[in-house]
Amino acid sequence: MAESGASRVLVERLGRTAAGWVEEFGYYFALCAESLYWLVAGPFRHQPVRLGAAVAQMAAIGLSALPILVLLSFAIGVMLAIQGIHTLQQFGAETQVVLGIALSVTREFGPLITAILIAGRSGSALAARIGSMQINQEIDALRVMGIEPVRFLAAPVLLALLVMVPCLSFVADLAALAGGSVYCKLGLGLGYVPYWDAAVKFVDADDVYQGLLKSLVFALVIGLVGLSNGFNVTGGAEGVGRATTRAVVLAISYVVVFDMLFTYFLNR
Amino acid sequence: MDADCVIEVENLVAHYGARQILHGVNLRVAQGEINVIMGGSGSGKSTLLRHLLGLKRPTSGSVRLLGKDITKMAARELHVLRRNMGVAFQGGALLSSLTVGENVQLPLREHTRLDDRTIEIMTRLKLEIVSLGGYEHLHPSQLSGGMIKRAALARAIVMDPKLLFFDEPSAGLDPVVSAELDDLILKLRASMGMTIVVVTHELESAFKIADRITVLDHGHILLSGTVAEVRESKEARIEALLNRRSRQTEVDPDDYLRRLTGG
Repeated sequence: MAESGASRVLVERLGRTAAGWVEEFGYYFALCAESLYWLVAGPFRHQPVRLGAAVAQMAAIGLSALPILVLLSFAIGVMLAIQGIHTLQQFGAETQVVLGIALSVTREFGPLITAILIAGRSGSALAARIGSMQINQEIDALRVMGIEPVRFLAAPVLLALLVMVPCLSFVADLAALAGGSVYCKLGLGLGYVPYWDAAVKFVDADDVYQGLLKSLVFALVIGLVGLSNGFNVTGGAEGVGRATTRAVVLAISYVVVFDMLFTYFLNR
Repeated sequence: MDADCVIEVENLVAHYGARQILHGVNLRVAQGEINVIMGGSGSGKSTLLRHLLGLKRPTSGSVRLLGKDITKMAARELHVLRRNMGVAFQGGALLSSLTVGENVQLPLREHTRLDDRTIEIMTRLKLEIVSLGGYEHLHPSQLSGGMIKRAALARAIVMDPKLLFFDEPSAGLDPVVSAELDDLILKLRASMGMTIVVVTHELESAFKIADRITVLDHGHILLSGTVAEVRESKEARIEALLNRRSRQTEVDPDDYLRRLTGG
C-alpha cells in the first residue's frame, strides 16, 4: 500500500514536471509567434515595432560585446592550433592543422562561443530588466496604456539578437582564425599568407552558412529564454535574481544541446 | 443599464489559484463621480482593481467600462478602449529607462501622430498640472516618492481619459504630500470632468475626496454609499475599520483544531 502511494507521488511529480516543460515551451513559441506578428503586422495596425529601440538593443548587445568576444575567439583559435599541431604531429601531418582550425571554427566554435558569451551577457541582463519591470508593475502599466509589452519590449530585442548574433559569430570566426594563424606562425613557422590561402581554400560557403544558420537559432533561444524568464518573474527582488540565473543556465544548456542536434542533422 | 453609469461590475467572482478572492462583487460608478474603494489588506481591493483594468480574466461575472463588457472583449477592442483609461499605479510604475518627460509622452507617441513640438507642449502642460514643471529631464530614480506618484498621474491623464484609476495615492507618503495629492484628484475632476476610482486604505483621504465609498471586506462588498452613510453605518466591520479596532473574527473551535493539527 505504502509503496503504491510512493510511486503515485513519483508519477504525479513526473507528470507535473513534464506539464511544466510543455507549458514553458508553449510560452516560447507563443512569444516568438507574437513578436513575429508585431514585426510584420505592426506597421499596418499603426503600432510598428520601434526600430530605434531595436538599434539601441543592437548597440547594447553587439558593439559592447565586441572586445571581449574578439579576445575569447582569438584565444580559442590559439588553443585549437596548439591542440591540432600536438595531435597531428603524431602522424607527421601537422601542416594539415589549418584544415582542422578553419572547419571547426566556422562550423562550430565561432557560433558557439558567441552564443555562450551573449547568453551570459545579454540573456541575463534581459531577464533582469524585464523581471524588474514586471515586479515594479511597469509591464502592467504598459498594458493599461494600450501598449503591447511583446511589441514594445520583446520584438525589438529578438530582432536585435537575430541581427547581431550572426554578425558577431562571423567576427568570432575571423578572430579565431587570426588566433590560429598567429600560433601557426610561432609554432610551425607557417607564414600568414599561406595560412589564410589554405583557410580560404578549405572553407566552403556552406561551412560558413551552417555556422550562421546555427547562430540564428542560438539568437532565438537566448532571447526567448531571457524574455520568458523575465516576464514570468514572481517573488520580488529575490525572484528577479532567480530568474536571471535560470535564464543564463537554461540558455547555455539549450544552446549546447541544440548545437549538437543541429550538427547531427546538418551533417547527415 | 443607466445611461450615465460608466463603470458597472456585476457578480464578479475571481480566484487566485484555488482560493476565491472576490465573491460576487457588484459596483456602479456614475459619470463624473469619485468612487473610493476601501478595505484592509487582503480585502480583495487590489484584485478588484486588476479586474477593472482588464489585467485579469474573472472566473465569472462582467465588468462594463463605458458600456462595454471588457471580460468578453477582443484584444483589439480593449486596446482602443484603453485610450480612454488612465491608471496611476501604487509605485508609479514609470519606466525606469526613460526620463519623466518621455514617460509622460509615451501614450501620445504610441497612440497619436502629433508632431514632436505638440507632444512636448502637451507633456509640459500635464507636468505643470501636477506641479512637476521643469522636471521632465530627470529619471524616475532621481524623484521622491510623492513626485513619482504625481509623475505617474501626469502620464495617466496625458490622453485626457474619461476614466482615471488611482491605486493607493497616499501609501508611503507623509500626510502633507498625501493631502496635496487628494487636492490634485479633486482638481482633476473639477477641471476635466473625469470619472475617478481610487483604491485606498486611508480613511482620511477617502472621506475627503469621495462622492461614494465602497467598502470591501474578504471579497464581499459590505457597503456602497455616500460618505455620510459610511460614517453612520452600524455594521460592525465598518465600525472596526473607522475606529481602527483590531479584527475579531469568530473562531469555529472544530475548524481551528483542524487547522492546527493539519488534518
